[in-house]
Amino acid sequence: MTVKDVKEILKAEIICGEENLDTEVRTACGADMMSDVLAFVKDQSVLLTGLVNPQVVRTAEMMDMHCIVFVRGKVPDESVISLAKERGEIVLLKTPYRMFTACGLLFSNGLRGGCDI
Amino acid sequence: MPEKITLKYAVDGDDFTKAGLASSDLKHTLKQIGYDPGFIRRVAIAVYEGEINMVIHAGGGEITADIAPDKVEVWLADSGPGIPNVELAMREGYSTAPIDVHELGFGAGMGLPNIKKYTDDLQIDTTVGVGTTVYMLINNN
Repeated sequence: MTVKDVKEILKAEIICGEENLDTEVRTACGADMMSDVLAFVKDQSVLLTGLVNPQVVRTAEMMDMHCIVFVRGKVPDESVISLAKERGEIVLLKTPYRMFTACGLLFSNGLRGGCDI
Repeated sequence: MPEKITLKYAVDGDDFTKAGLASSDLKHTLKQIGYDPGFIRRVAIAVYEGEINMVIHAGGGEITADIAPDKVEVWLADSGPGIPNVELAMREGYSTAPIDVHELGFGAGMGLPNIKKYTDDLQIDTTVGVGTTVYMLINNN
């Protein structure tokens, strides 16, 4: 699916990065602990999180992620948004859904975790 | 590229929001040189975890990165409190980070284990009350 599909499935609003909605995404990770995200080096395209600090954008940057979804309608402050804009290709979305539901909706629409156990 | 490039970064220990600046710059440089994205990601994650550790535990420090075609070596040196028990610190889930760090998404006891996972060599030289130098080697296979 594309970032645009993620946006529609999650009834999300775009915070920034509108020009990159056509980016293809295949895997996602839902976490509030950034080290848990960093523990899997494989390609992960979407990060769903309830955290709204700049380290969320930094983590996504290190992992080459394309999209961050803030759950429960949370909005990061301007410094986080400008950091994402600086990084270029990252789309920030906010969804009214809670973490569990947001992850479930994306999974049932074909997005996967990207980590085999 | 020349045989070797050395980059040095001062890491500010007072501002958690700035943590990651050095890793971000290093990642950008590696990208410009044209390394494989998987290799870059391993370097970036390992150094980022190390940089976060410096900010959380040691009040900042200095990062030196030697970039060569076949490998990247990084030294993260701080004058923090040192690590009393390195074996424990290497254990997944063991953390001495203050609780407010959890709200920032770190302090889960995954930093050093993650670094170990992504590096080909990891050496921790630490003295309580003096400081810590973490050395990491990532081979570009």
